[in-house]
Amino acid sequence: MGIEPILFYSFATVLLVSASAVITVRNPVRAALFLVLTFFASAALWLLLEAEFLAVALVLVYVGAVMVLFLFVVMMLDINLARLREGFIKFLPVGLLIAVVMVAVLVLVVGPEQFGLAKFAEPARHNADYSNSRELGLILYTVYVYPFEIAAVILLVAIVAAIALTLRHRPTTKYQNSTEQIAVQRNQRLRIVEMPSEERK
Amino acid sequence: MANEIALSHYLILGAILFGLSIAGIFINRKNVIILLMAIELMLLAVNMNFIAFARYLGDSAGQVFVFFILTVAAAESAIGLAILVVLFRNKRTINVDDLNQMKG
Repeated sequence: MGIEPILFYSFATVLLVSASAVITVRNPVRAALFLVLTFFASAALWLLLEAEFLAVALVLVYVGAVMVLFLFVVMMLDINLARLREGFIKFLPVGLLIAVVMVAVLVLVVGPEQFGLAKFAEPARHNADYSNSRELGLILYTVYVYPFEIAAVILLVAIVAAIALTLRHRPTTKYQNSTEQIAVQRNQRLRIVEMPSEERK
Repeated sequence: MANEIALSHYLILGAILFGLSIAGIFINRKNVIILLMAIELMLLAVNMNFIAFARYLGDSAGQVFVFFILTVAAAESAIGLAILVVLFRNKRTINVDDLNQMKG
């Protein structure tokens, strides 16, 4: 057996075990950390699929930014874990049942009969000088340049929405009124006093 | 075990990941934070399928789609967490059962 199946099965195992831990552990902080492990395992699988740029982007964007945001929010909120765990056992059977049925149906659809090696042979690996970022950039900035700009606008909207939602107006907050600052007149700041000069004693 | 990895291996892996996240939505339906994490898992499963197809069909368009999905998912989780913070600030709870103000 070559190195690739060993890597695939080991990272797939890590992925599935940590994904199950995300949905079952009691503590949300641990769930977030297991989600980080899930992202790392899938980034490794994406490297196996020769999607190097996206694997690095997944680690940088998700592990570096989104999961830190998750951890920040989880640790900031003082939540009652006992109440949130109510119904865990009650909904476990129906959740598992639906998951098993769904996976069974999906496997029937995407199983080896339809997408096995006989139908889709494994493509040859690229040479060492192949650059995935270059290939992605070549079509991203030509064919998909319009969606790319829409994606930028979506990120801008997300920034504005997140700030506008969490901004708190306190009545005691001090702030500068730049309109008044610009419209200030000289006589509001400076008073010229005229007084007679006095002789030195 | 075969020596080569077929496309179906990755597709089945994505399907199992999707099933796990659906189970997570069912069994954690009171905790909004875990619900958001389950949605991230679902998007990850979809991305896995896109990248597998991009490699086995030799078409980079799948990777471009994953790029956009990552963008939208980041925006979604940022706004979702902001809503969560505002919710907790106003109601001191994030339990789904307590969110009955709109009587829906």
